[in-house]
Amino acid sequence: MRQFDFMGKRRLAFTTSAVLLLIALVSLAVQQLSLGLDFTGGTLVEVSYHAAPSLDTVRQTLEAAGFQDISVQTFGTADEILIRLQQAFDPDVGQQVTDLLRASGDQVTLVRAEFVGAQVGEQLRDQSGLGMLVALGMVMLYVAFRFQYKFAVGALLALVHDVILVLGAFSLFRIEFDLTVLAAVLAVIGYSLNDTIIVYDRIRENIRLSRIDDMSAIFNDAINQTLSRTLATSGTTILVLLALLILGGDMIHNFAVALLIGVGVGTFSSIYVASALLLPLKLQRTDLIPAPKENEDAEELP
Amino acid sequence: MLNRYPLWKYLLILLVLAVGLVYSLPNLFPADPAVQISPASGGENLSESQLERVQSALADADIPLKSTERDTNSVLLRLDSASDQMRARGVVDGLLDDDHVVAVNLAESTPSWLKDLAASPMTLGLDLRGGVHFLLEVDMDAAVTQRLEVNASAMRETLRGERIRYRNTEIDGRTVSMDFMNAEDRDEARNLISRDFPDFQYADAEAERGATLTMTLSDQAVDEIQDYAINQNLTTLRNRVNELGVAEPLVQRQGPNRIVVELPGVQDTAAAKRVVGATANLEFRLEARPDTPDQETETLEFRSSPRTAELMRDVIITGDSVSSATRSFDENGRPQVNIDLDGTGGTLMNRATRSNIGRNMAVVFIEHKTNDRTVMQDGEPVVVRDPYTERGIISLATIQSALGNSFRITGLDSPTEAAELSLLLRSGSLAAPIYFVQERTIGPSLGQDNIDRGILSVQIGLLLVVAFMLLRYKAFGVIANVALGINLVLVIAAMSMLGATLTLPGIAGIVLTLGMAVDANVLIFERIREELRTGLSVQQAIHAGYERAFTSIVDANLTTLLVALILFSIGTGPVKGFAVTLSLGILTSMFTALMVTRAMVNLTVGGKPLKKLWI
Repeated sequence: MRQFDFMGKRRLAFTTSAVLLLIALVSLAVQQLSLGLDFTGGTLVEVSYHAAPSLDTVRQTLEAAGFQDISVQTFGTADEILIRLQQAFDPDVGQQVTDLLRASGDQVTLVRAEFVGAQVGEQLRDQSGLGMLVALGMVMLYVAFRFQYKFAVGALLALVHDVILVLGAFSLFRIEFDLTVLAAVLAVIGYSLNDTIIVYDRIRENIRLSRIDDMSAIFNDAINQTLSRTLATSGTTILVLLALLILGGDMIHNFAVALLIGVGVGTFSSIYVASALLLPLKLQRTDLIPAPKENEDAEELP
Repeated sequence: MLNRYPLWKYLLILLVLAVGLVYSLPNLFPADPAVQISPASGGENLSESQLERVQSALADADIPLKSTERDTNSVLLRLDSASDQMRARGVVDGLLDDDHVVAVNLAESTPSWLKDLAASPMTLGLDLRGGVHFLLEVDMDAAVTQRLEVNASAMRETLRGERIRYRNTEIDGRTVSMDFMNAEDRDEARNLISRDFPDFQYADAEAERGATLTMTLSDQAVDEIQDYAINQNLTTLRNRVNELGVAEPLVQRQGPNRIVVELPGVQDTAAAKRVVGATANLEFRLEARPDTPDQETETLEFRSSPRTAELMRDVIITGDSVSSATRSFDENGRPQVNIDLDGTGGTLMNRATRSNIGRNMAVVFIEHKTNDRTVMQDGEPVVVRDPYTERGIISLATIQSALGNSFRITGLDSPTEAAELSLLLRSGSLAAPIYFVQERTIGPSLGQDNIDRGILSVQIGLLLVVAFMLLRYKAFGVIANVALGINLVLVIAAMSMLGATLTLPGIAGIVLTLGMAVDANVLIFERIREELRTGLSVQQAIHAGYERAFTSIVDANLTTLLVALILFSIGTGPVKGFAVTLSLGILTSMFTALMVTRAMVNLTVGGKPLKKLWI
């Protein structure tokens, strides 16, 4: 099997990472995230039809007129429609929407038009942010306990790297960030962590088995050994995500984009951020040797 | 022997599979639109004769009933369509008085043998199925009045401290007016008060006897109070909805003075409505002394008996100072609520009780209610809402010693009332009364087209994974794919058992965990290939592959599970929902990858003298 010299290219990889991180952070600082209806609120318009309309036509009509982030729902009966738009409220919006819908010849009356607040309250936002920090802290502790603290630092940096890059991409390309995308970012954390730990596990195993002290060679071996697995898993995940992206319609589109970026970045970071960082962190064989019994313990489990 | 499982392991796997199948089954039966009638707080269930009247009224209105079900505390009327449901709700609500809560609902139609096993379907989220939509109006005038009452109480306190005699305080709109014996007293009071309350505009008025000071809230102050009221109410409603255990609800502000609450097909909409709309609060007040001047006292009735008591107008603390509340029972099995106060509340309580040992203190239960009247206005029926406030004493007891931060309240009607009161105190009280102005079922927020496309894309994504596994791992790919199917059934069963809510991101999340579930198999299969390359025999390679991949799989999954658990315990709403999906996905995929595929491998090739593996 061909061996790739991953560690030899690490300077190039570190530079790439640093440049991307810089772009992401600058973009986040300058133009922030373009938050969706869930976070910003917008306008709610309730209209009543004479006969039940097709919701998809309503949505398409409004989209064609340039409204963004539209949700259209039946309200009570099929003739009454509730429309939420990400559009700063002004008293004319209701009439504009009604006029647009009337243009297709339907009888439409405006029932009400009002602004709606954000679905995500500040309290919820703060709590979720706190949750993420605690989660990261616990992961560090767990990895430090199961492996060694240098691994924990690497895993944490890889996670932060991935999240910043995904958020940065959303900020840079002004893709809308809503609750669905938030779920995707959480999934990226899970995915990236999974990937990192698999590579770490192999590194640990190889350090214990091998007799050489050339960490760079050991890492290369470990990454090459797990490469087919990494590609197979990323491959299947990317297959699913491409299906969601191409066929899934508007609502899953951004979710799929976030995860595609996340899986790509996560695979890269498990090799270059998480693993290659162990070299500057000066990981040594003695860091892992004091706990040689762990593997035997594992053997006895089912 | 290598690669053989003991019988109990096969049986265990079969058992888990059977349980998974049974509990995922209810998801195949769609829910009916329904109207639910349940008693208002602490009341009696609908009687047979009332039910007959309801049924005949529905028949008169030409609304076909699919079925009627009653259980101990509610009656459920199933209907054929959503439009029937709206009409039926109108008819039933018009027929019954305030003792009953009438709410629209989506009733599950799980067959009874499954129900007996406590199996029920997953709730579909607001995006996929829709749910119930409540529009609540915040009483902005009451918010201002309540603030003025608090301010007036504090002003009187200040004046008493400085021994300035005042005669009467009146609150009208956004103005407080106070009467004094003479102009000197008033000027002194004005100096004193205006320092502490800069939000008012002060004006003097001469009265026939003595002098009057009028204090009017500035426009800016009124705006601030109203803004605070609506934001506080939003927070409180979010807390309450979360306490109800409804995953993925929607609570948002609509217009200047309204709040929307949308709940995905909740099981008991009537209970949800009662808790969402509840305006109960508590006040702690001292009993008046016989020599207390009349303008400082108020006569209130007891809730459970026709007695009355004279109480001080000044409130020691309200339920807003409660930091936590739980329900329990006292020695005699009567319901009670245990209360912990926050710092300031505790100090106020301690100060008031310390200097009044031997006096009586009353716990007053307050509820804001409305009377709806329909009047004709310009030929159109318009609903007029008359708000009124009910205050009743639930207990009056002698202060034995200075009270601190925690104590208990007895004298409640029923355990349900105690439970709801503690929930309300816990989730914070409303800064202003709210009223239901609208209640509807609401359709899915994603269009049908989007839902169809989403589901199609998920199916195709799954097919691609299945095809990939078959191509890459051949016979072992078949095993991995069977495990994938089992995994899917188990995730659905687990989510149904937990009553989790499924949303479109949730579905995508499941597909993603399935993608990651494949990962465990990929790890194992790659390891087996590797071991075969190093020259191990087929059976040894399988054994070693599973053994060596084990620590990787466990470590990787446990770390991710850890993240999911923390997100679940700290996060709220959508974050929580995602965490549930993720943790269940991880647990089931570990089970299927480590146990189920192993069992299949053991059954098919385990212990057989094979020379070559089709992997």
